[in-house]
Amino acid sequence: MSNSDLRDLYQEVIMDHNKKPRNFRDMTDANHLAHGNNPLCGDTLVVFLKLNGDVIEDVSFQGSGCAISVASASLMTEALKGKTLAEAETLYELVHKQMTGEKIDSSSLGKLAVLSGVKEFPARVKCATLSWHTLHAAMDSDHDISVSTE
Amino acid sequence: MSVLDLAAIRQDFPILHQQINGHPLVYLDNAATSQKPNQVIDAVANYYRQDNANVHRGVHRLSQRATDAYEGARDKIRDFVNAQSDKEIIFVRGATEAVNLVAQSFVRPQLQAGDEILISHMEHHANIVPWQMLCEQTGAKLNVIPMTKVGELDLSTLDELLTSKTKIMAIGHVSNALGTINPIKDMIARAHAKNIPVLVDGAQAVPHMIVDVQDLDCDFYVFSGHKMFAPTGIGALYGKQTLLEAMSPWQGGGDMILSVSFAHTEYNELPYKFEAGTPNISGAIGLGAAIDYMNNLGIANLAAHEHALLIAATEKVTALPGVRIIGTAAQKASVLSFMIEGVHPHDVGTIFDQQGLAIRTGHHCAQPVMQFFGIPATARASFAFYNTFDEIDALVGGIKKVQELFA
Ligand SMILES: Cc1ncc(COP(=O)(O)O)c(C=O)c1O
Repeated sequence: MSNSDLRDLYQEVIMDHNKKPRNFRDMTDANHLAHGNNPLCGDTLVVFLKLNGDVIEDVSFQGSGCAISVASASLMTEALKGKTLAEAETLYELVHKQMTGEKIDSSSLGKLAVLSGVKEFPARVKCATLSWHTLHAAMDSDHDISVSTE
Repeated sequence: MSVLDLAAIRQDFPILHQQINGHPLVYLDNAATSQKPNQVIDAVANYYRQDNANVHRGVHRLSQRATDAYEGARDKIRDFVNAQSDKEIIFVRGATEAVNLVAQSFVRPQLQAGDEILISHMEHHANIVPWQMLCEQTGAKLNVIPMTKVGELDLSTLDELLTSKTKIMAIGHVSNALGTINPIKDMIARAHAKNIPVLVDGAQAVPHMIVDVQDLDCDFYVFSGHKMFAPTGIGALYGKQTLLEAMSPWQGGGDMILSVSFAHTEYNELPYKFEAGTPNISGAIGLGAAIDYMNNLGIANLAAHEHALLIAATEKVTALPGVRIIGTAAQKASVLSFMIEGVHPHDVGTIFDQQGLAIRTGHHCAQPVMQFFGIPATARASFAFYNTFDEIDALVGGIKKVQELFA
């Protein structure tokens, strides 16, 4: 039983994104950015956003953390490209609900549904949500470039 | 081989006999906090069942019994660290509170802008932050004894770091992140040669070795009960009597006074001067029971068994490919910090937990140590005398399982 929970958490997709994180790069022409860190475990992360009006034209991240936090950030950047801010906001809320165990329609999450295993591991929810909180801070910043700590 | 009857010892610790995620609990997080034997649990429960009353105030029978038990625990601590007098043993919440007490009551009144405080690179935050706060309050400067790659203190510059402005050296006896046992006796002698007083943070030492404050000649020695099989919320500050006498109280309130009027308050004598308010009576009694328990088994026997565990674990983990041990000092106690190549310590912690293995992952309240090794965190197994060689095999099995999953 415990082994299957572990496999649910460390699914192949997550292991793959941990090993080869997508959009893992600096973005010199970002117009929004935020820093996130989890002081408890030392995970640190920067999320870069390039907004064109209302649309996320590009998104990337850098930093270090556990497999869950790296994979979550990587999956997030994949999911967000081309989305509007309103769509990103909806996704943010859905992901949050999924990880805290609320019932949602997981088909609307697409690939991000692989993160649902985290809800069986309450101590790890923060690892998976760090990138999303940081994204939120970046979206909310009214300056071109803002720094915020989660 | 060990002279300890481990099966019998483990029977004394009820918490050890449970399943976690379908596996027997393997508790290897003793440096964070230790488990408690029935003898300690019963001492606390019996105090509440039979003797509970406030101490030092009241002529009734229960108050006398509570006072006797509380003061009896102080005597046990005095003997445990070989202090000269029970006046030198102050009950506190733990090591953290004791460091803060010494910082504020002993060091602060002597400190002027430009003075110096000396600590080391491997201190726990409890022996860093109170000194940093003091520096902010006074304009004093914090100096740091450097560390080598194996996790030993680099003492080649110690004599230069001990200057005419150094008002205290505060140093850990055993590092909680690395397990290094520091040569504190020699360091204390070198500080004293320049008349610099020394505080020793013994939080990670007292569970694992015999401590003799007179032999060390330290000025202050601090520790927490919960790391040595006693309850949380109780610990002790040892201080040389002459120093404690000269210090002002740390907190004001009941118990720490002889007489109070609005014009003048006369402080109580040692050790009560530093124990304002109703203390943690049951905690002190539990700490006394923990000392009895360790003494009955023989601290030297406990230390020998733990040393054998640490040697075995170090050998087995070193033999695994892709695992790096952080902290390989020649003299170590209890602690095995490690990194598994390509795996973040937090993932290690979760996978271990699924197998009933309790270890600590993170920076262990020693972020400067992590910065030194250029890592965000480690996985740390830490042993107590009730751990077995089978549990070391479980640890090795856990590491292999992580490597399988992350292959
Ligand atoms: C070396 C060291 N010093 C001080 C402390 C602080 O102890 P407490 O939190 O019990 O006050 C610890 C606890 O982790 C420690 O390991």
